[in-house]
Amino acid sequence: MATPAVKVYGWAISPFVSRALLALEEAGVDYELVPMSRQAGDHRRPEHLARNPFEKVPVLEDGDLTLFESRAIARHVLRKHKPELLGTAGNLEQAALVDVWLEVEAHQLSPLAIAIVVECIFTPFLGRERNQAVVDENVEKLKKVLEVYEARLSQSKYLAGDFLSLADLSHFTIMHCFMATEYATLVEALPHVSAWWESLAARPATKKVAEFMPVGTAGAPQK
Amino acid sequence: MAPMKLYGATVSWNVTRCVVALEEAGAEYQIVPIDFATAEHKSPDHLARNPFGQVPAFQDGDLHLWESRAICKYVARKHKPDLLREGNLKESAMMEVCLEVEANQYTAALNPILYQCLVSPMFGGTTDQKVVEENLEKLKKVLEVYEARLAKHKYLAGDFLSLADLNHVSVTLCLLATPHASVFDAYPHVKAWWDGLMARPSVQKVAALMKPSA
Repeated sequence: MATPAVKVYGWAISPFVSRALLALEEAGVDYELVPMSRQAGDHRRPEHLARNPFEKVPVLEDGDLTLFESRAIARHVLRKHKPELLGTAGNLEQAALVDVWLEVEAHQLSPLAIAIVVECIFTPFLGRERNQAVVDENVEKLKKVLEVYEARLSQSKYLAGDFLSLADLSHFTIMHCFMATEYATLVEALPHVSAWWESLAARPATKKVAEFMPVGTAGAPQK
Repeated sequence: MAPMKLYGATVSWNVTRCVVALEEAGAEYQIVPIDFATAEHKSPDHLARNPFGQVPAFQDGDLHLWESRAICKYVARKHKPDLLREGNLKESAMMEVCLEVEANQYTAALNPILYQCLVSPMFGGTTDQKVVEENLEKLKKVLEVYEARLAKHKYLAGDFLSLADLNHVSVTLCLLATPHASVFDAYPHVKAWWDGLMARPSVQKVAALMKPSA
């Protein structure tokens, strides 16, 4: 069996690593996940720094290209293999709306969702107690952000318009973790956001990636 | 053709990030000020442009956009696609990596420094030196990586100017207005890269527009 030309380095339970894997799954690209250990500090070893001087995961190797930053990786994979997920070729407006909602994911939603997920799911692994004040603060902000999503998704099927795009897919892995916390009710309370989430989660590619991230409903990563 | 409209105040480095792109792209545009003092950014009119009540917001005909980096990409794609290289898989991939690094590493470290040194005093607050020091250390680590990169290539994404370089300009101009501009001095290739950007007419124009100090 030929070794896939594409390699991803990292730990799949990371929503950033899995964002890259989701792009590859959606694009139907063969890849090899090279597992790394966060606990063992693999990301700080010289061989990894040679791939990503910022000491982070994921890293993607595609032929002689070495890329990092999960959203840049996802864009490259889709541009190469499934460009319609970045908007119809030549359609400036669609491409712009994909960019807008990718930025919204990165700067408005994810920081809040990640803060909640870290406190609710990952604090045992960080050796500390959950900080409920941090959770409460971020939940209040997230409610307001989700109202914007609800308004948007009542006007179009997906975030950038009536076509699925990277803007939607880029939300999946972080929201998969978020939906495993008790604050999933924030999403469930909003009919359009809820329906959008259900349709994303029903995709074969997202179902496969969800298996890489066993955060479970009990709130702790299950091995 | 009506000029593009950019809504916001030029004291905001997110607004001026877009001005750099608009100037480099040679686009016709006008800046429409949004007055935070009267909470204009939370008015129904502005929320219709940017549902998060933030600046910048942008309009080109019927198209309404927000988020500075999305606006910059649209302007480049429309008027100067060479800044994005989307027809070349390898070049655009490197450019996208550098765009993400600007946001997630460089500006992520700079934002708290600029807030403490420039914004907080503007509202009668103090500068938290601990926050400044912590983020200066993070910034130095980023600059070390940039130094190695710029020793091999003229620009961040390769030997071509791209939107990735330009997206650094507005926050870096603000850094010059803080006591910490000398942080670049230890990184000669970064300094040369920055001096090259500063010499561009677009950057000179934006520097004149910005009033970042308290």
